[in-house]
Amino acid sequence: MSELIQQEQHHVKLPEGSIGKQTTTLNLGPTHPATHGVFQNILEVDGERIVSAEQTVGYIHRAFEKIAERRPLYQITPLTDRLNYCSAPINNMGWHLTCEKLLGVKTPKRVDYLRVIIMELSRISDHLICNSIVGVDTGAFTGFLYVMQYRELIYEIYEEICGSRLTTNIGRIGGFERDFSNAAFEKIERFLKEYPVVLKEFENLFQRNRIFMERTMGTGGISAERALNYGFTGPNLRATGVDYDVRVTAPYSSYEDFEFEIPVGTTGDNYDRWLVRNQEMWQSLRIIEQAYRKIQEFKGEEATIYHADVPEYYLPKKEDVYTKMEALIWHFKIIMGEIDMPKGEVYHSVEGGNGEVGYYLISDGGRAPFRLHFRRPCFIYYQAYSEITQGAMLSDAIITLSSLNLIAGEMDA
Amino acid sequence: MVLTNEFITQKLTEKFGETITNIEEPYGLLTFEVPKEMNLKVMQFLHDEQDLQFRFLTDLCGVHYPDQTGRELAVVYHLHNMPENVRVRMKVFTSIQQPDVFTATKLYESANWQERETYDFYGINFVGHPNLKRILNVDEMDYFPMRKEYPLEDQTRIDKDDEMFGRGGSI
Repeated sequence: MSELIQQEQHHVKLPEGSIGKQTTTLNLGPTHPATHGVFQNILEVDGERIVSAEQTVGYIHRAFEKIAERRPLYQITPLTDRLNYCSAPINNMGWHLTCEKLLGVKTPKRVDYLRVIIMELSRISDHLICNSIVGVDTGAFTGFLYVMQYRELIYEIYEEICGSRLTTNIGRIGGFERDFSNAAFEKIERFLKEYPVVLKEFENLFQRNRIFMERTMGTGGISAERALNYGFTGPNLRATGVDYDVRVTAPYSSYEDFEFEIPVGTTGDNYDRWLVRNQEMWQSLRIIEQAYRKIQEFKGEEATIYHADVPEYYLPKKEDVYTKMEALIWHFKIIMGEIDMPKGEVYHSVEGGNGEVGYYLISDGGRAPFRLHFRRPCFIYYQAYSEITQGAMLSDAIITLSSLNLIAGEMDA
Repeated sequence: MVLTNEFITQKLTEKFGETITNIEEPYGLLTFEVPKEMNLKVMQFLHDEQDLQFRFLTDLCGVHYPDQTGRELAVVYHLHNMPENVRVRMKVFTSIQQPDVFTATKLYESANWQERETYDFYGINFVGHPNLKRILNVDEMDYFPMRKEYPLEDQTRIDKDDEMFGRGGSI
């Protein structure tokens, strides 16, 4: 058939000055609704097959690394919110952990467990968005709307703890700004009770759904070797069969106290990525349950600890600020960023929603970092997009785009 | 066998001798400096050597030290041996007049965009890079914004007529 068409094409007389180009150039993005973010792909397509793809990023570059060179530590936390805004608390915690490593702050166990709850909740909300968006792109809109209700509940929990929802600016160096309220614990309890039922239903909608399986299996696949070479981390790497998870290999925030599994895939295609994320949500639930139980076990004085005792970096109590001179001075110094950091060089990473989020901080002893570099996982693995979509159908490339969990804010910093 | 920092240091000095300098362990992470013409050789050695096998490039970024004459710009590589779970940090310094460093793209695909980013912000010219052009900034930009000679705006300046944002003008 195709030979016939080609033969026919030879008889078509092209107008004078035409170029004998066999492929079509197609702009996918930067504001295409299917890209779920601001990035452009210049595709060369032959019919519906992709011959090559060239990615353009940087549309929402906001120079965070440059800004950070003038900001004291606490003013950098809001910058990290705006990297991966689907799981901002993980970035916040990662940044605080980096500072704690540099400053030599040790956090109490209860703080670690509270942090673990927040980080796992944000992992669930991150994966929830990604997996349901993959559903939307394959034509299943219901799941997306259904799980939004539970993302809303997660955001309400954030709200109870820090007052904001999307760009959370949650936590402080050494712990949290305030203890979890009873309302927060009630909401966590409600989440633990109701969410497994919903997740099971969500899973049933997709996991063995014939249409979903045929759309996602065997598309957008990558081998473990190539994935490692491309710097994949997180669920995208685990979908290829490599069991690398920062929570296990370099435990932070007392992750070593919890029992959970690292789900891995085999083929690294869109379906495996979906399954890995789905399983990770179940594992996150397990971790939250354990952490919640551990927190309930603290008795007496211990059950009220929500920050480490580091007056140099942790804001004093408000009533002290209003009544005591020293507290007022410390408050002022911390807020105005008059606290010098020790000299040093730190790399710290946490397992973010879509991979290893790293912070490379060089301090020359001043109030602001000399250099701060964010390792942004999706900036690194988006490079592989042209390789994994080569020869694929255009409609599959769209699913690949969303199943890689690309967040424009993180990519462009 | 456990892959300790001492072992890696020993392996490196055995192979490269005096060229590996400034060996430190800030916060437990082995850090060393390599002359810029040696960066690929050392990286290849770390990648291939049976006992080392640093096969994962975690991070690559630039740093500008304006006070170090002749070695103002640095490229910092964070390499990772995943099975053994050991990281090392490798630094390469270069002068700002001739900021040429060999590209790591032949070893790691992931270096491609990270080197473009480093070029974009620091102007480090990665020799042999397949597509060295700006990535996050606009193509027309004619300076390298992360260099220290471009300070951020002084937030207390009053000469700017910026009434919409509460500065200058009638204040």
